[in-house]
Amino acid sequence: MKPIVRATNLGKQYIIGTRDAAYDTLRESITQAVRAPLQRLKHGNGKRNTDTIWALKDASFDVQPGEVVGIIGSNGAGKSTLLKVLSRITEPTTGRVELYGRIASLLEVGTGFHPELTGRENIYLNGAILGMKKTEIDSKFDQIVDFSELEKFLDTPVKRYSSGMYMRLAFAVAAHLEPEILIVDEVLAVGDAQFQKKCLGKMSDVATEGRTVLFVSHNMSAVKTLCNRTIWVDRGEIKEIGETRQVVMDFLRGASPNLVEQTWPDPATAPGNERIRILSARLQSLSEDEKQEISSETPFQLEFEFWNYSCDREVNFTMHLFTIEGTYVLATSSKVGPRQRGLIKEVIKIPAHFLNDGIYSVSIQAVEDGVSVYMHSQILNFEVYDAEQAGGYFFGKWPGIVRPRLEWESPNLI
Amino acid sequence: MGISSTNNETAPISTANPTRKRTLENHQGPPEGLPEEPLVVIEPNGGWSALDLRDLWAYRELLYFLTWRDVKVRYKQTELGIAWAIIQPLFTMLVFTLFFGRLAGVPSDNVPYPIFAFTGLLAWTFFSNAITTSGNSLVGSAHLITKVYFPRMIIPGAAVAAGLVDFAIAFVILVLLMIYYGVGFTWSMLMFPVMVLLTTLLALGTGMWLSALNVKYRDVRFALPFMVQLWMYLSPIIYPTSFLPAKLRSLLLLNPMTGIIEGYRSSLFGRPFNWIALAVSAVITLLLLIYSSYAFRRMEKSFADIV
Repeated sequence: MKPIVRATNLGKQYIIGTRDAAYDTLRESITQAVRAPLQRLKHGNGKRNTDTIWALKDASFDVQPGEVVGIIGSNGAGKSTLLKVLSRITEPTTGRVELYGRIASLLEVGTGFHPELTGRENIYLNGAILGMKKTEIDSKFDQIVDFSELEKFLDTPVKRYSSGMYMRLAFAVAAHLEPEILIVDEVLAVGDAQFQKKCLGKMSDVATEGRTVLFVSHNMSAVKTLCNRTIWVDRGEIKEIGETRQVVMDFLRGASPNLVEQTWPDPATAPGNERIRILSARLQSLSEDEKQEISSETPFQLEFEFWNYSCDREVNFTMHLFTIEGTYVLATSSKVGPRQRGLIKEVIKIPAHFLNDGIYSVSIQAVEDGVSVYMHSQILNFEVYDAEQAGGYFFGKWPGIVRPRLEWESPNLI
Repeated sequence: MGISSTNNETAPISTANPTRKRTLENHQGPPEGLPEEPLVVIEPNGGWSALDLRDLWAYRELLYFLTWRDVKVRYKQTELGIAWAIIQPLFTMLVFTLFFGRLAGVPSDNVPYPIFAFTGLLAWTFFSNAITTSGNSLVGSAHLITKVYFPRMIIPGAAVAAGLVDFAIAFVILVLLMIYYGVGFTWSMLMFPVMVLLTTLLALGTGMWLSALNVKYRDVRFALPFMVQLWMYLSPIIYPTSFLPAKLRSLLLLNPMTGIIEGYRSSLFGRPFNWIALAVSAVITLLLLIYSSYAFRRMEKSFADIV
């Protein structure tokens, strides 16, 4: 099928340093103009602008009509630059983009809101700035007001709004944009949990309506829910394009490498404090076939060694398990009681058929007499692989965090 | 005219515009039939690029809304509100009448000094406010420029348009003054809208260029008030051009506001037009407008990066 967005060899170069920095004055410009030829003489024919940076380099991709494409990457990777080029805010240095549809971008909610104007007035102003026609705003006005739940405050200047109300109104306008291509930056990370939920709901409505959406987010679960395909941008270049689950997984794997063993042999410098220090943390497979790879069918254990400084306190340990997306999976605690002074060991056994495939991170906490004395986050990171594509006729990622084998009774099975 | 009669038998549409039929057929194809040609092509555009009038036209409603916002916001939380649009030129006129008209005895071409001065001040207040607000408009709209696309010219354009609203209000005072001083209707008054148009275009040309320059060189912000003040003394607002020695008078013609302000007075008070002065103003205005729209387009590309 013919793409609705086609980007080829897109690049954006910024000059860093004094030359093109903001707020340069005429005088600086004049002195620079005088100095530049002199410098060129001094340094021969060498390029003067060595202090440039490619915020985006050689990015090529197609987006099909109706696709919802996620754009992920760590901070400063070039996601925002890509969005700015696509939404025509800044001009690319190289390359070309062809857009076969009306485009609107939402890099911020409430762009152009004026604090002195009322809610009603700002709906019109903001709508026009986002590219809506007046007749279009007229016809959607009631829906926008309904969505914002602010009908009582429509004639109040928005400077008297709470930040939550402001965001609600702003998002309500944005949510009623109807371009063929919509570019959305991290705008869902605002407002209270309830409103966020509403926004996500609206976003997935948009996604199912057949609109083409490019969606930048740090929220991996949002990306996974909304996007069919995902682009991973790393240091200005496109590192991977493909099916969302795979790209997100690769990105997370890159962001937090497998960390299945850590040791600190010297108790004097080991992490911890005068109560307790951590000497080692290790993930150990318990499978018979000596393979260290953990799958959802492999039982394994987490072993911790501590240096304990007191034997007269009630001590216990808590292990916190998170998915790499930050979902809290579980917490589990050891027996409570005094431990011997010196080297002590704690082992947690994790059964097979319990965790689903995914990347997990482990935090360990030491508690003495009911008071937390030390917490070490992300002491281990590990991946549970998908053991079997044997979930019957199902292919792809098995949903959920846990994957227990529960007993089914099917008396009518023929 | 040499088309034979066979053409008359076929449907007029297909002969008149064969391409139109083809595109119609295409639309009956797949439901989400994308246009053949991209709606927008984004690519680096070195140097000069043409004025995209179609794009400007598509965003005309934004111009309206930004103008409306500027007018609305300007007098918010003021006690006197839009009356400020009148107070500014009115009080300046009173002071000028007292000091220049009465005490210094500056001549006013046989027109009562108060309306002579007020006419000049009306035009000048519009012009100077327009170039000052539009000159600072882009920098003041940094939050828009870095977040959303639209033709950037709309920003200084809206600032000038908002000035027109103030002008219209202060114009009512001029009409009242003219009635009071018994100035009668003449056909030359039909030239008044032309003068307004010229002032608007000149303000647009100047303001657009200054606003773009201001993005990169914040010196503009400091130079502007100073420049506006000097420019006022070099324009025939307090005095008529006839007050000056001939040599200076022709030099002053290089200031496009000279011809325009004299033109305002000629149109209202039925005095002969100085067509040469007007032609010079019109040519300078047009050249400036062309130059600054191209300069603006050239600098526009980097606005979001440096503002």
